[in-house]
Amino acid sequence: MTVRRPSAGKSSSRTSAQSRRRLVVGILLLVALVLVTLSFRDGDDGPVSRAQNGAAAVLRPFQVAADRIAEPFRDAYGWVDSLFDARSDAEQLRDENEALRQQVVQAQLAQRENARLRELLQFRDGPRLPDGFQGLAAAVISRPAGAYAQAIVVAAGWNDGVRVDDPVVTADGLVGTVSRVGTRTARVRLLTDDQSAVSAVDLVTDAAGIVRAGRGPRAPLRLDRVPKEAVVRVGDTIVTAGWESPRFSSLYPKGIQIGRVTSVGRTDTDLYTQVQVEPFADMSSLQAVLVLVPADRSAG
Amino acid sequence: MSVALRIAPLVFVAAVLQVSAIAGARILGAEPDLLLVTVVAVGLVAGSIAGAGAGFAAGLLVDVMTLGVLGTTAIILTPAGYWAGRYGETTGRGRTYAPPLAAFAVSLAAGLGGVAIHFLLGQPVSAREALVTLLPSAILAAVLVLPIVRLCRVVIAPQQQYEPARRVELV
Repeated sequence: MTVRRPSAGKSSSRTSAQSRRRLVVGILLLVALVLVTLSFRDGDDGPVSRAQNGAAAVLRPFQVAADRIAEPFRDAYGWVDSLFDARSDAEQLRDENEALRQQVVQAQLAQRENARLRELLQFRDGPRLPDGFQGLAAAVISRPAGAYAQAIVVAAGWNDGVRVDDPVVTADGLVGTVSRVGTRTARVRLLTDDQSAVSAVDLVTDAAGIVRAGRGPRAPLRLDRVPKEAVVRVGDTIVTAGWESPRFSSLYPKGIQIGRVTSVGRTDTDLYTQVQVEPFADMSSLQAVLVLVPADRSAG
Repeated sequence: MSVALRIAPLVFVAAVLQVSAIAGARILGAEPDLLLVTVVAVGLVAGSIAGAGAGFAAGLLVDVMTLGVLGTTAIILTPAGYWAGRYGETTGRGRTYAPPLAAFAVSLAAGLGGVAIHFLLGQPVSAREALVTLLPSAILAAVLVLPIVRLCRVVIAPQQQYEPARRVELV
């Protein structure tokens, strides 16, 4: 019995096909690497970035359309998903309701005192948005996938007055800042991203710290750099500090709600108090946001 | 119609759906990656070069739409499509379990590759977060790939039937 061996011609054609395959993949990977390098070197004003922004503007209608089509299905999924959590939520809400009832009484007393103090200090009562800012409503049109991309893309960009570092909020609280601006779209770095850092204070005790992405799945945020002697309690509300100095100022206006303290821990070895914060804004189901644009910019 | 023209709409639709409709969704702790699964399916059905090309184009589309660093996703998806294609052309040819196995393996490799690339680019990565979702996402990819491969066969190679491995001819 003999086995028919492939001829020399077949062997050479197989080798050339193999070389061709490797060549194609090599070229594609090389192009990708060159694009990564150019993107990094050029920054936001280079030709690669401009081309990317142009292409993003062209693709935007498709993203918006897909998002609109998917919205009812996403809502339905969210509704079914929320049913599973409904029981535990009901118990938690009952407790919260009780606590809130007591807080209402306290708040009414505080309100009267506050009104008196305002008159004394001639403190100007601002609208819901921070002073000097206008809210630019923008739909969320995409969310980069993966655990390493805590960002969203919104349907507002340079043409709408959005710039890098503009704060982004929802009715519930702070969401993040604009990290990159295209012509008609902008990328928003969420608070849950490792690169985010917000100067914040405890609304009740004035304990100051920096809100960063959390390390555990229980609370997506943590209040870092809180001195051990500072008082922070579970349930306290954390808001942006909004500090200002003659030369620098915080990116975030003062008093935007961030989240609620879910746990406080102190150990002998730690330099700071460990504070975990649950954000008010649900980062996983953002549909629309407000980009806070300085009033002087939007007017101009 | 050429194979590239048949693949292009598939990749485009998958990319748009990935960044807008299903991004951020979680099913039992897993993140569905429709785009990666589509690239794997294209590689298995149309071969390694088509898989690599689909991965490259898909990666660029995603980076453009999400205003990310251009090329980072392409670096991950190009070898993913190529490897799936090579597997489909060689060991996995004609095997029923090839698509889920390829999707599972590629999903794991792409997850680890993604963490490594973002780390190399100096972007902070929570390895714990990435690793926690890695296994469930790979299992979900193995399930998702079955209907996608079927769709790819209908769109890319409608006349081509699923051939079993050729026998060795003895004389």
